[in-house]
Amino acid sequence: MKKKRVRRRIRQSGMNPKHFDRSQLKFYALLIPIGILMALPIVFIFVNAFKPIDELFAYPPRFYVKNPTLDNFRVLLSLSSGTSVPAVRYLFNSIVISLVVVFTTIFISAAAGFALSKKKFRGRDALFDINKTALMFVSVAVSIPRYFVIVYTGVFNTIWANILPLVVIPTGVFLVKQFIDQLPDALIEAAVIDGASDYKILRRIVFPLIKPTLATITILSFQSVWNNIETSNLYINNESIKTFAFYMSTLTSVTSGSVAGQGISAAATLIMFLPNLILFIILQSRVMNTMAHSGIK
Amino acid sequence: MRKINNFLNRHSAAFMLAPYAILFLLFIVIPVLAAIFLSFTDFNSVQFPSWVGFDNYSQLFTNDSIFMQKVLPNTITFAVFVGVGGYVMAFFLAWCLSQITKGPRTLLAIIIYSPSMTGGVLIQTVWSVIFNGDKAGYLNYILMKMDFIEEPIAWLQSEDYLLVIMIIVSLWSSMGVGFLAMLSGILNVNEELYEAGYIDGIKNRFQEIIYITIPAAKPQMLFGAIMAIVNTFQTGNIGVTLSGSNPTPNSAGQLVVTHIEDYGYLRFEMGYAAAISVVLLVGIYMLSKGTEKALSSKGE
Repeated sequence: MKKKRVRRRIRQSGMNPKHFDRSQLKFYALLIPIGILMALPIVFIFVNAFKPIDELFAYPPRFYVKNPTLDNFRVLLSLSSGTSVPAVRYLFNSIVISLVVVFTTIFISAAAGFALSKKKFRGRDALFDINKTALMFVSVAVSIPRYFVIVYTGVFNTIWANILPLVVIPTGVFLVKQFIDQLPDALIEAAVIDGASDYKILRRIVFPLIKPTLATITILSFQSVWNNIETSNLYINNESIKTFAFYMSTLTSVTSGSVAGQGISAAATLIMFLPNLILFIILQSRVMNTMAHSGIK
Repeated sequence: MRKINNFLNRHSAAFMLAPYAILFLLFIVIPVLAAIFLSFTDFNSVQFPSWVGFDNYSQLFTNDSIFMQKVLPNTITFAVFVGVGGYVMAFFLAWCLSQITKGPRTLLAIIIYSPSMTGGVLIQTVWSVIFNGDKAGYLNYILMKMDFIEEPIAWLQSEDYLLVIMIIVSLWSSMGVGFLAMLSGILNVNEELYEAGYIDGIKNRFQEIIYITIPAAKPQMLFGAIMAIVNTFQTGNIGVTLSGSNPTPNSAGQLVVTHIEDYGYLRFEMGYAAAISVVLLVGIYMLSKGTEKALSSKGE
């Protein structure tokens, strides 16, 4: 009798339920308004990006668009900065830089995570502890000393200044290491007996198994590089190798006063935001899978 | 060739670790050490730094009235609302999400997570539509229509509202990786634990959270906490982003990070800026360690 009651309560407590139940309504009542509130600012940007100029000027302001147009995008992409670098060039730079950063981050994080997890060498635990401490690292705090490192290594004002500082993601290595920790050692030992080198094991065995973590690193890395203005702003003078995010920041400071500028910066915001969103939607189930192992013990 | 291969294989751990380790050294360890060194010097970025001992630190804590009167109180308020508030909110939202079925949960999780992708520049354009200072700004329009205000308010230039707006905007964008980690931590709590808990006499949801969910999801909770702390300080430039000026209007939105950039890049007092950086990094470290202690004692 008691057991039955307990069962019923557990079904009511319903963590991770399989089916809809009336008792879940209260959570929807809470979550849906919050979701709408959180989505609104982004919805406004979508709407503004497609507003023709007379609707941007309209008073009272309209929260929806009557005659959607692509004018804002057309104007944005035909604009060029004061030094006659076209907007498309910044976009191209951003795409190339992001691809290089994401792939480099994936490879170096996976290799480092594998070594820290499955190889035995002196100082391994100490190194992992240092990396764990670096989870608390706030890069904006040391942008000035970083500047000197960039200058002394000769990276200043080259495309590498946009790339190298961003491929170090302690959170990424941390996640990979935690994830590889729970792959059975036997798997790797078997490959060693078959005569596979560590590089081959990394490539053929570990890589395919840690795909969820790599998806997470992709997200973390892409967001940090695609939205980054700091490197272009501080470490690069050459206008033609700066990023689209940087270009956008100059755009908003110039145009945000004017109403017409609002439409253009909304269009730019949309171009910046959509790749993030699409990537996350594609990878989200893998990301959730990794996060289960994200814990700090 | 064979010799090279042998060499590569014998030191495989070192070679696999090296690319990351070298960059880690260059862009994290050396900058931190350099910041510590510079913090004891007077350095204007042109002449060689000259040693001044603890002068920068004593200046910061005894003589910098903006730091003591604006930056520190602002940072504490901001950290309490965005760090602590954001963390509690992330846990609560994750907990609510874990109680509904998978389809709607995924959709809502994407919506709640998506603001965290708008870091930096995007945040300014997204919110300037709402907080625009003229009468066509959405918030001004609504408030004027409802007769709450007579004249449009320049929200982002106002010293009364800037900090509040910074907090709202940062909270909005703070449901990031930590939130996802906690969601997945809560979802992965073994169901039998709840069963056992109810047999042991747990009576309501609140007890369930305190005695089962939090202890069982503790590792993710801790990860989430550290992400919340880091995120709070990493977004410390939000005041400048929103108001478009550093210093922010009457220093109303000045946070530690803003203060560093003010001294470092605008006044070129690099030694002093480095001292503020060191104080910030030490502060974050102590906060994280404190949280770790607090959370692990709860788990026992």
